Amino acid sequence: MPLNFEELAGGSGEWLKGSGPESDIVISSRIRLARNLAEFPFIARVTDADRAEIEKILRARIAASNDSKRFASELIYVDVSQLQEVDRAFLVERQLISRELSESEGARAVAIDSCEQYSVMINEEDHLRIQAMHSGLDLDTVWEQITALDDLIEEQVTYAYNEKLGYLTACPTNVGTGIRVSVMLHLPALVITRQIDKVFRSLQKINLAVRGLYGEGSQAMGDFYQISNQITLGMSEQELIKKVADVVPVLIDYERQAREFLVRESQETLHDRVSRAYGILRNAQTISSEETLHLLSSVRMGVNLGLIGDVEIPTVNKLFVHTQPAHLQKLAGMELDSSDRNIERATYLRRHLGGDGQQAEQN
Amino acid sequence: MKCQKCDKQATFHITDLVDGEPNELHLCEDCAQSFLAPPPGESSDVMPAMAGLLAQQLAVGETAEELARLDKQVCPVCGISFREFRKQGRLGCPYDYTCFAEELDQLLLNIHDETHHVGKVPKGFGADAEQQTQLIRLRREMKEAVANENYEEASRLRDEIREIEKTRDESPSVESD
Repeated sequence: MPLNFEELAGGSGEWLKGSGPESDIVISSRIRLARNLAEFPFIARVTDADRAEIEKILRARIAASNDSKRFASELIYVDVSQLQEVDRAFLVERQLISRELSESEGARAVAIDSCEQYSVMINEEDHLRIQAMHSGLDLDTVWEQITALDDLIEEQVTYAYNEKLGYLTACPTNVGTGIRVSVMLHLPALVITRQIDKVFRSLQKINLAVRGLYGEGSQAMGDFYQISNQITLGMSEQELIKKVADVVPVLIDYERQAREFLVRESQETLHDRVSRAYGILRNAQTISSEETLHLLSSVRMGVNLGLIGDVEIPTVNKLFVHTQPAHLQKLAGMELDSSDRNIERATYLRRHLGGDGQQAEQN
Repeated sequence: MKCQKCDKQATFHITDLVDGEPNELHLCEDCAQSFLAPPPGESSDVMPAMAGLLAQQLAVGETAEELARLDKQVCPVCGISFREFRKQGRLGCPYDYTCFAEELDQLLLNIHDETHHVGKVPKGFGADAEQQTQLIRLRREMKEAVANENYEEASRLRDEIREIEKTRDESPSVESD
């Protein structure tokens, strides 16, 4: 079954479903495992033939896992090296592949299930990057699912592993468990009250990393932040999961307190800010993706605080991704340059937020 | 309420974390801004990339003799030198963790504060991962032998590779259930 990009573009995937525990603040829970095949060099030293052979072996493992019926989700295999640039960008926006996989060269692939809970990248920084994610705060379920998939893939291959150092990875920052546990949070009130930097510094002190929406090195977009473990060696997967899971309720509490404070101390300012954001999104004729994310963030908080009543969270969540450049082009069914995209984006927002005198979209 | 640092009206109520303990502060906008600004010298970039951390760790001891010594340290399996690893931050093959063990131990301590794995063990562990790693060296040597038109050596290496690959394909030990 090939991947249907048009069908995919219309939906919003697991992580933007807006369901699951604490989903007003916690967007998604995600775990990834880094694995390498023992019999090949790491990606930095592979020949083209090695790359192709790794891809072939792992493609067969994915097919075998589908055939075995022991894994509940069917994985759809996508040869990333054959994709157009806009389709690769689309998968990056959707968080199904990394920028690194999108922009590298040679044999590489990803396997995805139709609910977008799983994404298995082949020939990224490591031979294998297995990812699983859930909407809301639910790391334990994600771990159960990903470790089962890891076992299934491993059945006919030998992972690079040694007793002392655990799973061997291309970068020593991932060695040991090879696990990255991350929770994506929406923290607009901590940003408005300028407490976010303080929060980050205290997280860094306990060895947790903070990144913006689209991973390493990128700016936080729309006040979305990913909290993840920094170390991977010397603690078990369960301990590392717990380390991240334990800090999330504290962050949720801080964000809630900051929201309550804003409601209590500056209700009018807050209501004005949210309403203006909503007004612009419903009426703009041309709008950039940065401004859209910034305004959608205020609207999302406004909906959660009951200040906006006629639009629902899943719609807002969907708009965060649907207004990204590659999504807009897939949805419009044509290539658009930057200024045409800004017009298309404004039209799309008006249509879905009930501008132009229409009703806002109900989910 | 008045600002704790000047006489203006306090409009920012900040919960500061000092060693994990919350500490309430009530400040005016100006005082709050200077309080929340990152201390001088500290980067305002609040999102350090993992790679940045690694680069920092790798940037120690860059004298000429040191670099020459690191140049000579080469992995016999994949051929990467320790200096190349330091430059790109990515290792060349699983065996690097063995042949650069001494240098990496300090690095791992700096990054993870630990040098021993705790946690999941692959189900198929025991299927000889070390022997599999030798395939990397043999394939590289075979490629070099062909390039040097040393066909006798290449064919010997090919047989050795096939032998190991055969044990891989026959290993039912990793089948679960």
